[in-house]
Amino acid sequence: MSGIITKVSGPLVVAEGLADANVSDVVRVGSQRLIGEILNMSGDSASIQVYEETSGLGPGAEVETTGLPLSVELGPGMLENIYDGIQRPLPEIRALTGECIARGVQVPALNREKKWQFTPAVEPGAFVAGGDVIGTVQETSAILHKIMVPPRMKGTIKSVESGEFTVEQTVAVLTDEKGVDHELNMIQRWPVRVPRPYSAKHTPNRPMNSGQRIIDTLFPIAKGGTAAVPGPFGSGKTVVQHQLAKWSDVDIVVYIGCGERGNEMTDVLMEFPELTDPRNGEPLMKRTVLIANTSDMPVAAREASIYTGITIAEYFRDMGYDVAVLADSTSRWAEALREMSGRLEEMPGEEGYPAYLASRLAQFYERAGVVECLGSDERRGSVTAIGAVSPPGGDTSEPVSQATMRIVKVFWALDSSLAYARHFPAINWLTSYSLYVDTLRPWYEGEFGEKYMANRDKAMHVLQEEAELQEIVRLVGQDALSPADRLTMETAKMIREDFLQQNAFIEEDAYSSYFKQFRLLDMVLEYDAACRAVIGTADVNKLFNIPARERIGRAKMVEQDKVAATFDEIIAEMKTEIQAVAEGGEDE
Amino acid sequence: MIREYKTIQEIASPLMVVRQVEGVTYDELGELELPNGEIRRCKVLEVEGDKAVVQLFESAQGINLAETKVRFLGHPLELGVSEDMLGRVFNGMGEPIDGGPAILADAHRDINGLPMNPAARAYPAEFIQTGVSTIDGLNTLVRGQKLPIFSCSGLPHAALAAQIARQARVLGANENFAVVFAAIGITFEESEYFINDFRRTGAIDRTVVFSNLANDPAVERISTPRMALTAAEYLAFEKDMHVLVILTDITNYAEALREISAAKKEVPGRRGYPGYLYTDLAQMYERAGRRIGKKGSITMIPILTMPEDDKTHPIPDLTGYITEGQIILSRELHRKGVVPPVDVLPSLSRLKDKGIGEGKTREDHSGTMNQLFAAYARGKDAKELMTILGEAALSDDDKLFAKFADEFERRYVSQGNDTNRTIEETLDLGWELLSILPRKELKRIKPEYIEKYMPESK
Repeated sequence: MSGIITKVSGPLVVAEGLADANVSDVVRVGSQRLIGEILNMSGDSASIQVYEETSGLGPGAEVETTGLPLSVELGPGMLENIYDGIQRPLPEIRALTGECIARGVQVPALNREKKWQFTPAVEPGAFVAGGDVIGTVQETSAILHKIMVPPRMKGTIKSVESGEFTVEQTVAVLTDEKGVDHELNMIQRWPVRVPRPYSAKHTPNRPMNSGQRIIDTLFPIAKGGTAAVPGPFGSGKTVVQHQLAKWSDVDIVVYIGCGERGNEMTDVLMEFPELTDPRNGEPLMKRTVLIANTSDMPVAAREASIYTGITIAEYFRDMGYDVAVLADSTSRWAEALREMSGRLEEMPGEEGYPAYLASRLAQFYERAGVVECLGSDERRGSVTAIGAVSPPGGDTSEPVSQATMRIVKVFWALDSSLAYARHFPAINWLTSYSLYVDTLRPWYEGEFGEKYMANRDKAMHVLQEEAELQEIVRLVGQDALSPADRLTMETAKMIREDFLQQNAFIEEDAYSSYFKQFRLLDMVLEYDAACRAVIGTADVNKLFNIPARERIGRAKMVEQDKVAATFDEIIAEMKTEIQAVAEGGEDE
Repeated sequence: MIREYKTIQEIASPLMVVRQVEGVTYDELGELELPNGEIRRCKVLEVEGDKAVVQLFESAQGINLAETKVRFLGHPLELGVSEDMLGRVFNGMGEPIDGGPAILADAHRDINGLPMNPAARAYPAEFIQTGVSTIDGLNTLVRGQKLPIFSCSGLPHAALAAQIARQARVLGANENFAVVFAAIGITFEESEYFINDFRRTGAIDRTVVFSNLANDPAVERISTPRMALTAAEYLAFEKDMHVLVILTDITNYAEALREISAAKKEVPGRRGYPGYLYTDLAQMYERAGRRIGKKGSITMIPILTMPEDDKTHPIPDLTGYITEGQIILSRELHRKGVVPPVDVLPSLSRLKDKGIGEGKTREDHSGTMNQLFAAYARGKDAKELMTILGEAALSDDDKLFAKFADEFERRYVSQGNDTNRTIEETLDLGWELLSILPRKELKRIKPEYIEKYMPESK
């Protein structure tokens, strides 16, 4: 089925003679067979968004529909790989066309030659339905890839193989109710704009451990939850996203570089194979899928990239894994949407964005969640979606930030003034929030006792109080404060500098276990309590200058296995010194 | 076969509609022949049926609808590249304007380039010593980085850019370098300042200049930086040179883009700039970098003047989201006589962490850098408090921080345009300034480095 181009305007192409094509079909455009997708139909003419540069295309060129919507290939071989926005593997494109991406390249997403060791998990004669695991492949040393019956299919296993197969070879034959045989291989194809099905959805109730103190302790996110990281440029959005990709206690990470810098993706590509997962000692790359549609790559494929990413995430979720999707940045995705909308001459909404911006964003984030997967073993999986937002000028009153805030449950607001003072991560503790604090409270209290959350609430309170006291200091100076208030200011400063600040580039500090986080905050609050007990009589300045303060300041660098002993020692030293100051009285 | 058309239907500069065309493609280059024989160039923005919307690269003055001929050349706008471009001056369309002979091109390249495969990029990690402390010590530049200078009208950004171009070198390396300089809508005087500086240092023989001055057609500003980058890509990735690209001024470029967008009656984004400004800028900036298996590199220093000194204006804002950091100049420091007036706190180099440390600069670099930033931020806060409440309101520590901030601006930032400091000098100066502060405040530096590098107390 083919049509003829009548109009070309940037990535938008209009073609006639496509009466048989469906909306959302993938088409091949021109002699270079560029990849496009049908957006609208009117009579037999179709508006097509082309995922590649259209220069050199003109009226008269042929357009051919594939009859299928934009889909991804799901199967072994995705991990450790890096794809563009429409799931073409970039290393293989590089092998074909060199350092730059030429147009019209066609490469299958999954390697067709590579053989995988397939271990069957069912016997012939077994009844299976969509989502049931028929076998497994050890895809990387970290991840066991489960080969599942595609959704909506059921029947009896007629035969099942064992041994080495490519993704295209048949590994099992399934006979459905009508007696028709279906050959199953290791590839599933799934349209990216359609969420993959599951049996039931549940409320998230376990936290995702990120190893970042301000996140885990103050503003936790649940596995299966949604979060946004907004911030102006230079406030460290990408570093926060990278830290989450590195240290989150999920099984799989899908990292989508959507309209961002090329070197950032290179950084991930170079760094992740070197880093090891603190939980199992495997290189982090073994659990990572990268989608890179950088800012210089075609804008239409950028629009598709976040759907490609989340569909891959859902596929791993269906195996019963916890998956995190990190999208950097959703603002660039929204701009791609705006650009296509403008070329379609749609009526613009706010700031030129299309009126459907908010609903599209909501649809994306709603694909996150904790689900009971299809299949008879009732396994659970989750997709956690974390999107960076790049508001113009850092002003979150713009449409993308506002639409995102209405959906997500966690908001880590990055602040440029913190970044200027090199307070990283520059997450503002006053404007950020997490709506999971209450649902996760029972988990924290069950694991670490009630003190964990009590300390958290105390710290939040101190920080809040500091903000109010700062107003006073700005007006009348520090001397006007009572000693107790001055101690509150000092404790807040310690929480900020000694607890919240975390250096992503220093090995001992980049990842902080729950235990270390708890002990560190607890130590700061112990200092506060010990000082507060003697504040009526002791010299405040002397209390603030005890030698143990320097050791508290460096405590975050203490290695994980030495935390308990070293911290006990510092606390003892601190108490002795405070005692000494208290006994010295107020006189010099 | 190239067809000629005499079917121009309408001209609304810089756009033109040509009817009854056949076989014309998107982005194709065209030529106009005026009745007097003059040739002007244009490109196709949109084709629909037999109608082509075309953008002129030059002025529309004197074009007669009935008499002017249009030819479409079957390829996009190209630049003929060759090593002979070094030492030459071209206009924004890539034609020599220095009176020299035409360039015998080795190859013709589409000036839009192709997106670089992220899997083929090599991460920039080679330290470039610029001799400027605020850059080397705090916002380190590495080979293959794009680091813009955000300036305001009336500030000496040209002096800083010229200083970087003059002093930049990679330690211990003696490699082939080249400078590609694109003047985009700037004045003759500013352009001449750069060219004279290149001449003074002898760098002019290794420099390619693309010049679109303020009185040249605004639409040509769209192609000027692309010409420059096409030349840079050729020199870097085919001739193994380390190329420093200076683009000045991006604000003029974005305004030309807005002009064309408005003529096309597109739905405007913020402040009338087109919604695709981000993508358009990114397609230029992202051409900087290094590639796996290639010796050469493109390091880019775009300069832009922030309208109304406003960093949240779309041009600096979108640039900041694409480039790997930014050097911001401050009017306040300039008034105080600080040269160069680099506003340290909001300035940033994102790639610094991979380019510094043991074996690259010195082991203490990262810690002292963070400490200097934090201390200067606190010192500035203290000074602000002092202006409201008087010195007596400050704690003893804060007084030291205020003193530190003053000394830091006076000695570290203000080095002048002719001082070329080695990285060791920069780091040692940092230590000297940190010795003003109480030791317990130096939390960001490892204690062993404090022992090793801190000068004997005053």
